[in-house]
Formats: sequence, structure tokens, C-alpha cells
Amino acid sequence: MEVLRIATSGSVDDGKSTLIGRLLYDTNSIPQDKMEALHAASKRKGLDFTDLSLLTDGLVAEREQGITIDVAHIYFSTPTRKYIIADTPGHIEYTRNMVTGASNAQVSLILIDARKGIVEQTHRHFFIANLLRIPYLVVCVNKMDLVDYSEARFNQIVEDFQVMLSNASFKGQEVKFIPISSLYGENVASRTGTISWYQGDTLLEYLEQVSFDHEDNQHPARFPIQSVIRPRTTEYHDFRGFAGKVASGHFNVGDEVISLPSGQKSRIKTIEQFEKQLTVARTRESVVITLEDEIDSSRGNMLVKTTDVPQQLKEVSANICWMDQQKLTNGKTYLLQHGVNRVKAKVQQIQYITDVTNHLQKADKTEMGLNDIGKVSIKTAAPIFADAYQNNPANGAFILIDEFNNTTVAVGFID
Amino acid sequence: MTNQINWEFPQALEDEAIYILRETVAQFEKPVLLFSGGKDSITLVRLAQKAFYPGKIPFSLLHVDTGHNFPETIAFRDWLVNTLGLDIIVRNVQDSIDQGKVQEETGKYASRNALQTVTLLDAIEEGKFDACIGGARRDEEKARAKERIFSVRDEFGQWNAKMQRPELFDILNGKINIGENVRVFPISNWTELDVWNYIVREKLEIPSIYFSHEREIIERDGLYWPYSSFLNTTADEVPFRQKVRFRTVGDMTCTAAVLSEADKLEDIIAEIMEAKISERGARIDDKRSEAAMEKRKQAGYF
Repeated sequence: MEVLRIATSGSVDDGKSTLIGRLLYDTNSIPQDKMEALHAASKRKGLDFTDLSLLTDGLVAEREQGITIDVAHIYFSTPTRKYIIADTPGHIEYTRNMVTGASNAQVSLILIDARKGIVEQTHRHFFIANLLRIPYLVVCVNKMDLVDYSEARFNQIVEDFQVMLSNASFKGQEVKFIPISSLYGENVASRTGTISWYQGDTLLEYLEQVSFDHEDNQHPARFPIQSVIRPRTTEYHDFRGFAGKVASGHFNVGDEVISLPSGQKSRIKTIEQFEKQLTVARTRESVVITLEDEIDSSRGNMLVKTTDVPQQLKEVSANICWMDQQKLTNGKTYLLQHGVNRVKAKVQQIQYITDVTNHLQKADKTEMGLNDIGKVSIKTAAPIFADAYQNNPANGAFILIDEFNNTTVAVGFID
Repeated sequence: MTNQINWEFPQALEDEAIYILRETVAQFEKPVLLFSGGKDSITLVRLAQKAFYPGKIPFSLLHVDTGHNFPETIAFRDWLVNTLGLDIIVRNVQDSIDQGKVQEETGKYASRNALQTVTLLDAIEEGKFDACIGGARRDEEKARAKERIFSVRDEFGQWNAKMQRPELFDILNGKINIGENVRVFPISNWTELDVWNYIVREKLEIPSIYFSHEREIIERDGLYWPYSSFLNTTADEVPFRQKVRFRTVGDMTCTAAVLSEADKLEDIIAEIMEAKISERGARIDDKRSEAAMEKRKQAGYF
């Protein structure tokens, strides 16, 4: 069964949590006892309707304030697919959590309040979805019930959104607009007929047919080595296998590979998945690869096909999103983690910070603060073997780790 | 929309879990697998077996025995450990009680569920474990839905929900400060149904209490409680025999039974698909308040 990962985002009170609650409710995914707990909790809050958003706001602070602070993961299945929704915060100060939620998504779901139209957060969310190159974008114009289900209003918002799209750097996203009312369930999982002028898919219909994984085979083959398996038992005395997850592309038994950084070449002898012997390892499969020859390879190294080798970088130019309270300053050193490989790195220069609402680039900045997005140049202590994020996202992203408190302070997308 | 049963296990979930387990072993000095004898930790053992094959599982299991476990669970644990040749460390809540570190609860709702956190934290400190692999899933409960895959805990085992590290793509940052440790959740993205479909696919053995059997129970607060010497009952709570099974494996004092005739995995799955009560709905420990789980997590509960 396929897994489809969706990230939802919207501004405060766009009704994001209600929309997710509605999806769960309409796909019969809420057990009776949870439903009863919802009724009771809504009543305690003095509401005269069942607040479906209480389903996902899992933290005490969130329920108190009626907002989403951190990413919540929600699961539901249809007979076709398993869905994982990352429900991400809309508040500007939690943007880093939004990036976290969106980083694994194949579909970005952006909510717009029909009364308010495009707001600053919409720009920010779209910018991030575009930066992350999420292949599908669904724009749900919500609260249509509060604008009398007006077609003109919907069209106006679509038009405004198109203007934003025309400024985007990544033009390859498929964008779909749907007028909905999550409170009444209109065009979420079913049609109640109130919006007669809209003949298109409901949200769920659209999600059910989104096709993905189609690009995987076009990407170059990359196999970051997580560990070397050497059992040294009598039975497997000479076994030496490289454990890892195929980051992109695919490998076949017999393929000629090169190990980076050593540059040694060999051929794939076996591809193993527990007791099974495979002939091919596909994208995102966790396998063990053995080679014909004894070559020098260990954790953090990468096996690639000799026909398509990644660039060797010691100077990295990248867009980064800063995620820490402590500001980034020119010249500071961090640990750069690219896949499973860590190297020391120094941020040499902040080239510019991008204003995500109008795409203007502000140069001459010496520091970057929480939630800033901008272009930096980084120098690494040892080479990394990466692809440009736009060519191969799975091998083109990294994180920066603060050496002193060990926290993740930034995510980067290599040029 | 009607839910048809989809028996196919999403393979992507296994690949992800194996990747996480391999990262855990590579990034930490001394990981340990928290084993409860329930289906989720049994699934973890299987995943660990696969992740390091043909090598052995490179870490021990740790079982915090409350003393209130179902005897069937303990028997199963010993069988599994022997069959697979695993290392296991068992620490007893009774010892923490004897040492005066925790106090037994009283009254008819007394359970050792909250007490086991202290025993667990002591065991982590004693074993110098820097990563504890757990079988928690985000679909279980709404505070768990917020947790990262590598979840950093401070010296007191506490989870700070507002200060969680961002987790980007599949890049896992396991760097921690001295005194901190990480809880690792490889099956975060699995649902209850995924676990069951996996058990079917992998033909895994599970404790007998998951299947329908006849047992002495009492009825309290609309739930069926397993009758045992650990349960404090009132005079009007008279045990009776009934065909039941358990959806989760916890203590005998805080795990409610469901009436069921399901004695095969296929029947269990069919039952879950139709079930009106969520999995943790049968966990009495979660019912104490709306934020019960979040509070316990802050206190270091796994």
C-alpha cells in the first residue's frame, strides 16, 4: 500500500485543525470514545458545536490558546492509500516547525480564509513549499460558508494566488484550487451541493489520485552508508555488508559503483534485505549491499554508480532557513550533517536574506535570526558529495548543528 | 465511506524504521530497547533483527517489570528472549518500592503505572543508556502525535514539548549533552492496523492474551477489568467469567479487556477495523485527565 504524506499549513484561525478533523470524521477514522471525549471537551469550553480541532491540538498550551504550536502527525487510511498528515503551526514564530512538517511531504495543503484572502502567512507558507519543491500544492479556500459561497470571491483569491505563483522560483508544482467549508464538510470528503458552481474534485478525491514516486527513477543513484555489518560469526565469517537506505535512484546487482570519498571502484555482488536476496534496490529501500572487492568504505561514505557521480563540494552555496533563537553570525562554525555524514563547517558569508512576502533580497546582512530564510556561503572541513537540491532533493539538503548545545539550528538547500 | 480492510502492509514504514534503528546504533554509544511484551515492542525486536542481519541485534532489551504484568506476557517474554538469543535486563518496580523511592498507590484505582517511571529512569542511569528505543506510535494519543523520532530528554527524563528540535527530511540529529538521553521511536508513523498487518506478514508470535480467551473479570465504570490479586475491588464488584481479549498489553490493574470471540489474527484485524473504541480507550491510565499522557511524558514516562 502506498503512503502519501501531506503537510497542512495556514494562518491562525484558518480552520486547519478543523479541516483535518473533518477529513478524519468523514472517513470514519475517529473512534467513538474519542468522539465522545471531543463532545465533552467542546461542551466544557462552552461551545455549542463539536470542535474538531481539539482532536489535533495535543498540548495543554495549545488547547488553552486555541492555536497549534508544534507539528502533529495524523493518520488515516482509505482502501487506496495510507495518509500521513503533518499538521503544522501557522504562527510566524513556529515557522521552523512548519518547515519540519513540510520537509517530508509530497503534497502541501495551504488554507486560505475566504474572507481574508491571501495574507502574509500565505506568502511565507507558499515560499517554503516552493523552496522545498513539494510536487503538489492544494490551495483550499476555506470558510466559503462565511462569504455566501461566492464564486466571485473564490475566483478573486485564485487570481491573487496566480500572481504569487508567477514570482515563484520553482515552476514545476501542480497547483489545485478547491473551495471548501470544513465546518460543514463541503468539498472535503464529500459534496453537499451548496457550491453548485464548482464541478471539480473534492479534496479527498484529489488526494486519492495524486501520483507520486514518478521522479524517483530519474534521479541519480545515491547510497549513503549508515554502517558496515561484519558479523564475524562462523557462518558469516567473511561477510562485509554496507547497510543503508537508498537515498535516490536505484541500484542493480552487477552495477559498477564508486565509493566516495575514497574513489575506489567495485561491482555490486549482492543486495540483501534480511534473508531475501534482491536484484534491485529502489529509492528509500533499506538494504545491505555487498561488493565484489574489499574496498575502504565506512559510515558517512557514499556508494554511487560510476556513470553518474555527484559534485564534490568544499564550498557550498545554499539557501538556509534559520531555526534557532541564537542568531547566525558570519564566520561561526557548526557541524554540517548531509544525510548521515557530518563535517565541520564555517558560515563564511550571509549573501542576502529574502523577504518571503515579496521575494526581495536584502544584502549586507551580518546576522540571520529565527525564521529568516536566505542565501549563505559555507566552507566545509572535508568535502561532501552532494547534488543541487533542485536536481535531487534527497541528496541536496543538510542541517546545521550547534557544536555547543547540539541542537539543530538550520536546514539548507544546496544550489 | 466504508472502510474496506486493506491487508497490505506499507513497506515504506519498515524501510523507515530500519533506517532509524541503524541511525540509533551508529549515533549512540549505548542504546537499549524498551520491551514491554506488547505487540509494538515485539515489532521492534523483529525490525532490529532485520536491520542488523546477518549480524546480531547490537543492544539489549530492558523490561521494567511492575510486578502486575499478565503472567502470559512474562512467559512470552522469556520464550522470545530464549528463542532469539537476546540479552535482556529486567528491573522491578517492587525494588523501587522497597527502597522507598516510590509509594504504592491505594484505593480501588491503585496501579503501578506511574511508579514504573522511577524504576525506568534508575535503570537508564545505572546502565548509562543514551538512547532508549520505544514502540510508541503517534496515532495512539494526541500528545504522542507531537513527538519527534529522536526525542531528547533531560537528566530527569523530562520531555519539553515547546523546545523540540526540528527534524528535517530523514536527517536525524542524535547529538546530546552530558546527562541527556534520547527516546527513539522507529514506528512513530505506524498505526495500530499497520502493526497488526506487519505481525501477519512476518508471522510473528504474540502473547496469548491478545486472542479471545475465557477469564475472570469485573465490570467497573463501563469497562471490563481483569480480575487478579493486584486489583483492589469493592464488595459489590463480583468477578464473573467471560470470553475476552486485550487490545494492548499493560498492567493487569490498568488494562481493560474487550468482549471478543476473535481467536485468529485475521479476526482481530477485522475487529479493529470495525471497533468503535480506540486502542488507548482501553487504557485506564489515560483516562485520568485530558492531558494525562502529556503530564506523564513530562515526568519521564516513555
